[in-house]
Amino acid sequence: MSTTQIKFYQVGSFAVGNRLLREDERSVQSDPERTNALTSGHRACQGCGEALGARYALDAAMRATNDQLIAVNATGCLEVFSTPYPESSWRVAWLHSLFGNAPAVATGVAAALKAKGNHTTRVVAQGGDGATVDIGMGPLSGMFERNDDVLYICYDNEAYMNTGVQRSGATPPAARTATTQAVGAHPGNVFGQGKYLPKIAMAHDIPYVATATIADLRDLEAKVERAMTMHGARYLHVLVPCPLGWGSASCDTIKIARLATQSGLFPVFEAVNGEVVASSKIRHKVPVEEYLKLQARYSHLFSPQRNDQVIDHLQRIADKNIERYELMGE
Amino acid sequence: MLRQVEGSKAVADAIAACAPEVICAYPISPQTHIVEGLSQLVKDGSLANCEFINVESEFAAMSVAIGSSATGARTYTATASQGLLYMVEAVYNASGLGLPIVMTVANRAIGGPINIWNDHSDSMSQRDSGWLQLYAENNQEAVDLHIQAFRIAEEMSIPVMVCMDGFILTHAYEQVDIPTREEVAAFLPPFVPRQYLDPAEPISIGAMVGPESFMEVKYLAHQKMLDSLDKIQEVAVDFEKQFGRKTGGLLRTYRTEGAETIVLALGSVIGTLKDVIDELQLDGHPIGLVGLTSYRPFPFEAVADALKDAKRVVILEKAFSTGTGGIVTPDVARAIEGLGVKDFTVIAGLGGRPITIKAVRDYLEAAMAEQVQRLTFLDLEEEVIDAELMKERALR
Repeated sequence: MSTTQIKFYQVGSFAVGNRLLREDERSVQSDPERTNALTSGHRACQGCGEALGARYALDAAMRATNDQLIAVNATGCLEVFSTPYPESSWRVAWLHSLFGNAPAVATGVAAALKAKGNHTTRVVAQGGDGATVDIGMGPLSGMFERNDDVLYICYDNEAYMNTGVQRSGATPPAARTATTQAVGAHPGNVFGQGKYLPKIAMAHDIPYVATATIADLRDLEAKVERAMTMHGARYLHVLVPCPLGWGSASCDTIKIARLATQSGLFPVFEAVNGEVVASSKIRHKVPVEEYLKLQARYSHLFSPQRNDQVIDHLQRIADKNIERYELMGE
Repeated sequence: MLRQVEGSKAVADAIAACAPEVICAYPISPQTHIVEGLSQLVKDGSLANCEFINVESEFAAMSVAIGSSATGARTYTATASQGLLYMVEAVYNASGLGLPIVMTVANRAIGGPINIWNDHSDSMSQRDSGWLQLYAENNQEAVDLHIQAFRIAEEMSIPVMVCMDGFILTHAYEQVDIPTREEVAAFLPPFVPRQYLDPAEPISIGAMVGPESFMEVKYLAHQKMLDSLDKIQEVAVDFEKQFGRKTGGLLRTYRTEGAETIVLALGSVIGTLKDVIDELQLDGHPIGLVGLTSYRPFPFEAVADALKDAKRVVILEKAFSTGTGGIVTPDVARAIEGLGVKDFTVIAGLGGRPITIKAVRDYLEAAMAEQVQRLTFLDLEEEVIDAELMKERALR
């Protein structure tokens, strides 16, 4: 099994800024002439993981297509903070229709382009985890099985943040949300529920499925670029911490995303035609506790008293991921 | 050239003649034969430059249509009944975004209890959706209205629902003239969208609109709908000029001259009503008919003008609002306000109950003497109703 290379400039849970690199090694984001799908001045919260993920993903897609790109957006934070009429932060042709239909709308865009003989313009659809794994899963599965020429990007912050942090099908066990409160005998979200959409996507045998986080933006960019070299239905699942919903410090967004991968809770991998072909190896394995304790949604695991039983359960989930996706080793 | 074809096949061929670029389809009776016909035409290559998408639900069908229309492609879909309800969120979105999608509604009842037969409950439920609604009397009109619908939709940038009675029209074999692609092309110019998704000039479509502008957006949609009253008539005139047939428009009158009683109805039941009116006139009764083609926008002035000399209007409806009565009735009542015309409503044909000449004639004879309630359900099994009501009330 080949692996996705981890870039040298990453040291532990810290990334070296562009200014410390040689000019030719700097990321494109330091280039004032770079593509700019999502401009500054939007209304996202401080430290928003989704805004960062969307900007890098769509910028990469624009570069990969020479700006010949149309983006379809599901309802959610990303839509709300970017387009309060009459303002728009998008410098890409952009369409928002509904919460649960972004994949089908994107199918329609792709079909129209094909009918018109436009083979250069490409289509990206994007939405949060609620739009993707819950309300829009029917249209997403339909888009997958027809192998429509769309890259769908899910920005996963593990709950319905736009409506005030309610549980989604992507909310992890034990996490406190507004509808899985930290009360009762089993505080937080229930164990044994939830779904992991990357595996569901792979079950459709689509050309490309990958996961990424905003802790490794070059990896995210590389995966978008790779996806845009392919045709057919492609799926990218990006972990984007949410300071508001997770109860974390705005300055810790990237650190938390990195701890999610380094603990094994969020496996980063690529799958081609339904088979995993590469995974990002864990460089410094950390216990899940390090990831959990930075987030108020898990604070019930540590106070008023420590809940070792639940922490151990979460550790076993992380260990299982490490085994299943071969996250340790070279 | 006249051809003896099934209504659905006729509509499929008419749609094909309009050169759609994207068609999305999800099966639901009685609409299926239309999209089956189109699927064949796309697959065998006779409808070129057209994508046919088999989607996984009606919600997806309308969503694909939204994406396609927003990219500037002429877009068509068809549905009925539960399917229309399942796509409602996207139906409102399509009109809100001003996308000129054309959709056939093969009118069918709404469950429960589940029922696949014809009435108008489905499209009537969408009267406030911001779509134009045109009702076809027969299959020739269904063909013609679809061709006109693309012109109206694209010139006004509003989606149009063409409603044709499920089974009664969709599955009926009639002689129909279906214009050729060339003939349609002379009537229906290529689609030039108001705005569309273009990487060269990127725009954001579907922004979030707050209280400071929402009222204006909705008012403009209303005004645009009212403006289409003129457009519908203009397109019908153009259509007649080119094809020699008087179809479409806002409404049509039948033997209303000197009529004291006028029946107003929509859809295929107009055929039955014409026969009844012929019989009644033969017996010396001053009775006429108004067939309403455009239900949304509602042609208040034209309806008032058609009814102003009558003493009473009987509105025959194939749908009703539980707890109040007729759905079309309040609009008609507003149109005739102050004219001294009394209105009576008869609900008929729900869930495919046959509307027979005898039942209609009996009712109208009583209505002409004003010996009917304001609201009547035609052909109710009174005994069953009474027994059930007694049982039900005893349980409370």
